[in-house]
Amino acid sequence: MRSGVVIFPGSNCDRDMIVALKQVTGKTPIKIWHKENDFPNLDLIVVPGGFTFGDYLRCGALAARSPVISSIKNHISRGGTVLGVCNGFQILIEAKILPGSLIRNKKLLFTCRETTLEVQNCMKNPFLSGFKIGECLKIPVAHNEGNYFAPKELLKQLKEEGRIALKYSKQKNSEKNYNPNGSSDDIAGILSNNGKVLGMMPHPERAINYLHGGTDGLKLLTNCIQQIIG
Amino acid sequence: MEPQSQLLKINKNEYLAQQKSKLEDALEMGLTKDEYNLICKKIDKIPNMTELGIFSAMFSEHCSYKSSKKWLKTLPTKAAHVIQGPGENAGVIDIGENLAAVFKIESHNHPSFIEPYQGSATGVGGILRDVFTMGARPIALMNALRFGAPNQPLTKHLVSGVVKGIGGYGNCIGIPTVGGETNFDKSYDGNILVNAMAVGLAKKDKIFYSAATGAGNSVIYVGAKTGRDGIHGATMASAEFTENSAEKRPTVQVGDPFTGKLLLEACLELMNTDAVLSIQDMGAAGLTSSSVEMASKGSLGMNLNLDLVPIREDKMSSYEIMLSESQERMLMILKPGSEEKAKLIFDKWDLDFAIIGKVTNTGRLILTKDGFEACNLPLKPLVEDAPEYNKPYEIKTNTKVLKPSEFKTNLTIMDILIKIFKNPNIASKKWIWEQYDSSVMGDTIFANGDSDASIVKIHGTEKKESYGKGLAITTDCTPRYVKSNPIIGGMQAVCEAARNIASSGAKPLAITNNLNFGNPDKKNVMGEIVGSLKGISEAASFLSTPIVSGNVSLYNETNGKSILPTPVIGMVGAIDEVENSLEISAKLDNVLIVLGQSHNFETGWIGCSIYQEIINKKYDGAPPPINLEDEKKVIEILLKLNEQKLLTAAHDISDGGLLTAVCEMLFKYSLGLDINLPSTLINCDSYAPLLQSWCFGEDQARIIIATKDINKVQLILKENDVDFFVLGQTNSSNNLILKDIATISINEIRDINEKTIPSMMGD
Repeated sequence: MRSGVVIFPGSNCDRDMIVALKQVTGKTPIKIWHKENDFPNLDLIVVPGGFTFGDYLRCGALAARSPVISSIKNHISRGGTVLGVCNGFQILIEAKILPGSLIRNKKLLFTCRETTLEVQNCMKNPFLSGFKIGECLKIPVAHNEGNYFAPKELLKQLKEEGRIALKYSKQKNSEKNYNPNGSSDDIAGILSNNGKVLGMMPHPERAINYLHGGTDGLKLLTNCIQQIIG
Repeated sequence: MEPQSQLLKINKNEYLAQQKSKLEDALEMGLTKDEYNLICKKIDKIPNMTELGIFSAMFSEHCSYKSSKKWLKTLPTKAAHVIQGPGENAGVIDIGENLAAVFKIESHNHPSFIEPYQGSATGVGGILRDVFTMGARPIALMNALRFGAPNQPLTKHLVSGVVKGIGGYGNCIGIPTVGGETNFDKSYDGNILVNAMAVGLAKKDKIFYSAATGAGNSVIYVGAKTGRDGIHGATMASAEFTENSAEKRPTVQVGDPFTGKLLLEACLELMNTDAVLSIQDMGAAGLTSSSVEMASKGSLGMNLNLDLVPIREDKMSSYEIMLSESQERMLMILKPGSEEKAKLIFDKWDLDFAIIGKVTNTGRLILTKDGFEACNLPLKPLVEDAPEYNKPYEIKTNTKVLKPSEFKTNLTIMDILIKIFKNPNIASKKWIWEQYDSSVMGDTIFANGDSDASIVKIHGTEKKESYGKGLAITTDCTPRYVKSNPIIGGMQAVCEAARNIASSGAKPLAITNNLNFGNPDKKNVMGEIVGSLKGISEAASFLSTPIVSGNVSLYNETNGKSILPTPVIGMVGAIDEVENSLEISAKLDNVLIVLGQSHNFETGWIGCSIYQEIINKKYDGAPPPINLEDEKKVIEILLKLNEQKLLTAAHDISDGGLLTAVCEMLFKYSLGLDINLPSTLINCDSYAPLLQSWCFGEDQARIIIATKDINKVQLILKENDVDFFVLGQTNSSNNLILKDIATISINEIRDINEKTIPSMMGD
């Protein structure tokens, strides 16, 4: 199992992701600096969270122009697996690897808190195939621009193609603020058309320890690695 | 050279005319006439504008601590575990396993009032630089905020901007903001307080200091370019406010957390090599204070060519370059020959790297600009001759003890609890905390009120049988107590901080303090400073928690109206096994016990309490007395019980008293409790003043613990001769019951607790 974590100027969840992947695989993932486009073939590339290039201009817009993006696209065209978390999700969208857009949270405030995610009835993919449909995961979010927005036609298409992977979900019927950012259809994560790329706003690498954040993030990452190894 | 000899070379009238015209400039820069005359005498000439600017910055209250120095010297600063006390960029303590905790708190009060977002953001950026300058990776941010009355129109705007600014910097740079305190009082209407604290982690033998070394070594400027922002910020921060303060907006610095992140990574990468000899961040008074401090601490001199300083704007004068407070900049002395290696690292992170001068052994600061000498000053007067004032003071103490029997109310226990949790000072700050990234770095165990102190795991100390060590951090101060009695208030701030650290399961270790006061030229304000420092010193010595760093912010006054005295205590503690840390929330079937409260305790202390404010609409009387022996005893016994893994939760009793603390322990798991009352109070009705004082009095040195093993705990408490009172066992009823007196729905109170701040903010 060879994995790599991409680091841009302003990435700040790279270390957390490296710790989480090491905990799951037993091996330290390689660090890929954003100017590199010459690294060994990997089984999994993770684009971690952060504020790449200060989120100036638009979140992920500048990072999406870094040299490493073309290598990520090559990796995808070879059938490789990519996980983008938070700012990583924003970068994958800005790089047009995933469709739609991520806009300011509905309340126009940064929000850091636990969310409940429900696994959707989606296409075959290495991230969630080990989970039951409707299974709930508790994973925290921390973002300013996580409000997934897509035109109606695109939303319909994503649904039909089974590319909506995770949705924010209520724990109780009375719960009002279960969707932390106002995203369309409560979408928390979507898949690429081949199912090998997942972009998600919540941070699985922050839910790997029972002492804080729970271990549902660990479950997701472990499942992903197991599916990739086969 | 004889003093004044140079002065005599020019015509006396010409000299007087020159001196007079410069005096006006000096006064405008915040110097007094006496200070100006002292400067002329010490440097043996009439300073030019750049030299005068440098002096005014170094002599400002912010840089020289001239009003407080005499009293700061009396603080206890030493202990076996202290590696570096006050005087460096941050304090450093030994936490075992060859690791050191590096921390400091600093205020950004004036800028945050004028420009809440940038003021608070740069406050966070500045304190982070103070910590990583010492070679430490910052691992946690805290803050202590004070705003004006909740109904004051400006308050909402200021809260919103300050919270966004703190989050804006901390979230972006990727350091978790794990907690703090936010309070409201009308005395802060025109002068809010924004105190930011950062804690970092370093190897004990890899701490970096600021004293310059080696005449002939290169002086390196790294980081962001210098612009015209923040010129004379240190002087502004040392002046009172008037209605025209908004005009000072250009003296507020602008933060760039992205560049801050690059600078953090680049500096730590470089510090991992052996290239850095000394390093100092450019904080208040920018290039002036950093160059002066580095050179003077090393008993050396410095020659700088200001033409080589990377600038952001055209035609900046030497005055502007020296006094700019542009953010994200550092000054370093490198080992000769390592300049190329260092430059490569800064190039990688797209940061400026410029050799701007040399260390000398002249003892002078010599600056050139456009080929001319722009400044030539001896360093000694800049640092050592800054005045130290012994300002007159009067410590006013309120000694009136208020008796419950003097109170009459038509409010029930439930009415009062509702009013307490509708008070933004007590209510949950979740609305604020959710705007801070508290979980980045993946090591946060308890943040934002989950525990009395925030707990962060120390990365890399994991062991087979344990998740490793943790640091506990808290910020505390109860200004209404300090106002009423500065000495007791100072002691109380330290004791509450220590209790909070202990309630999280950690051992209190050391303090950083942020002394926020009004105008020290007023006798009573000076008395507040002197009194609270006396109290802090006494408590800190007694509890073995020395002060290792800090900051003083004076002149927090608008149009002559002073803030409540607010000496904020930031305390750090350590816990060996982080899984033993305690949250405030009790679990089902736990027994709650008040440590430090005897069985015959029935009259609660109501002077200066939240309860008193509800009944009387004001604070009055003496604050609750402090007994340091008792404080130490409850802390020690709590830690002992926790070491034996007998506790499931703990929460200290502070604002709002016993019943408020009990409610807070029951909220999370929606629990209930049939509370035991002292036999003398059993037959009271809900309006009885004595019963209410028992419920809401703010007597100190008390902590509520939760346990599953009441017998063992009771045995240990008796063995150690500790006062305690058993409150009862938690149940799933969701009702807090005072038998035949009151039944309180915990869910109802919790809803009020959570809605107070959002509704205040119009959310």
